[in-house]
Amino acid sequence: MKDQHILRVATKIMFPFILVFGLYVIFHGDFSPGGGFQGGCVIAAAFILYGLVYDAPAMRRILPRGVSDTLMCLGVLVYVAAGAWSLLSGYRFLDWAALSPADPGSGEPWGMGVVEYGVGLTVAMVMITLFNEVSG
Amino acid sequence: MTDYVLLDVLLLALLTITAVAAVAMRNLFASTVILSIYSFLMACVWSNMDSQDVALTEAAVGAGVSTILLLGTILLVGSREKPERAVHWPALLAVTAVGAALLYGTADMPRFGDPQSPANSSRVSKGYILQDVPKVADAAGHHTGPRSEGNYFHDHVPNMVTAVIVSYRAYDTMFETVVIFIAGLGLILFLRRRTS
Repeated sequence: MKDQHILRVATKIMFPFILVFGLYVIFHGDFSPGGGFQGGCVIAAAFILYGLVYDAPAMRRILPRGVSDTLMCLGVLVYVAAGAWSLLSGYRFLDWAALSPADPGSGEPWGMGVVEYGVGLTVAMVMITLFNEVSG
Repeated sequence: MTDYVLLDVLLLALLTITAVAAVAMRNLFASTVILSIYSFLMACVWSNMDSQDVALTEAAVGAGVSTILLLGTILLVGSREKPERAVHWPALLAVTAVGAALLYGTADMPRFGDPQSPANSSRVSKGYILQDVPKVADAAGHHTGPRSEGNYFHDHVPNMVTAVIVSYRAYDTMFETVVIFIAGLGLILFLRRRTS
């Protein structure tokens, strides 16, 4: 699709907006529909769109395989680290009260934010890896 | 017969038509586009049932990413289906049997939106709808005491689906993430070509 000028220009314009919408879906998941899985898919869709319209190697120039592999592992680690943090500060594993001991209820949005970003990172990078390895 | 039932009937009729069309279509590219339309209609059905989270997932995964991946596969294998149209009798039998079992199973389902159904009347789901879920006090003695003294969380996040997924069933979600991670690991180990 390299000779389709309209598609190329539209992809360049849409790319940052799709990314921001993905981050919004992840971060706003505790107030509105959404969450890590959906937002991760939206972010992956931005990169895969770029890879389809330009080229898979062109997409891998902005997101190399090494980076996507590392971020994939980092997502799971963020989730587990959030649980380990609450465990180490004397609460149960994944108990969000650990994030604000004075007011246990308000720790939940913080814990959710961290964990949803972990889920979103892993999902987005696995989807991009799927695109890279199956059709790239 | 309210308006959402009418909308449901219309959407489900369109779903059946698109499903049959996706199977009958010989051109795989057209088939992929019709599958994307199928997912989008499914998202409409979910949002008509007020389950917005599932609708968003269906739109993002079914209509978005899986369509893109199927298109990427078509780029590799070409868009012509193998010309083989004989009816596969064991497959037809299996599909009919499973469909009959599912239809038989729906007879036991509670009515849509029934407040007495197990999913709506259990203690946990009532608590999450009212945002009033007990949290057990931990060994360190944080937020102990009877219900009126802060043993309950009164300020769960507003989206109860997220509250259930990431707080009440946080272990579950963690291992779901690990499952997705393992799938990505398998892709890297089995499909990555060592050329460069």
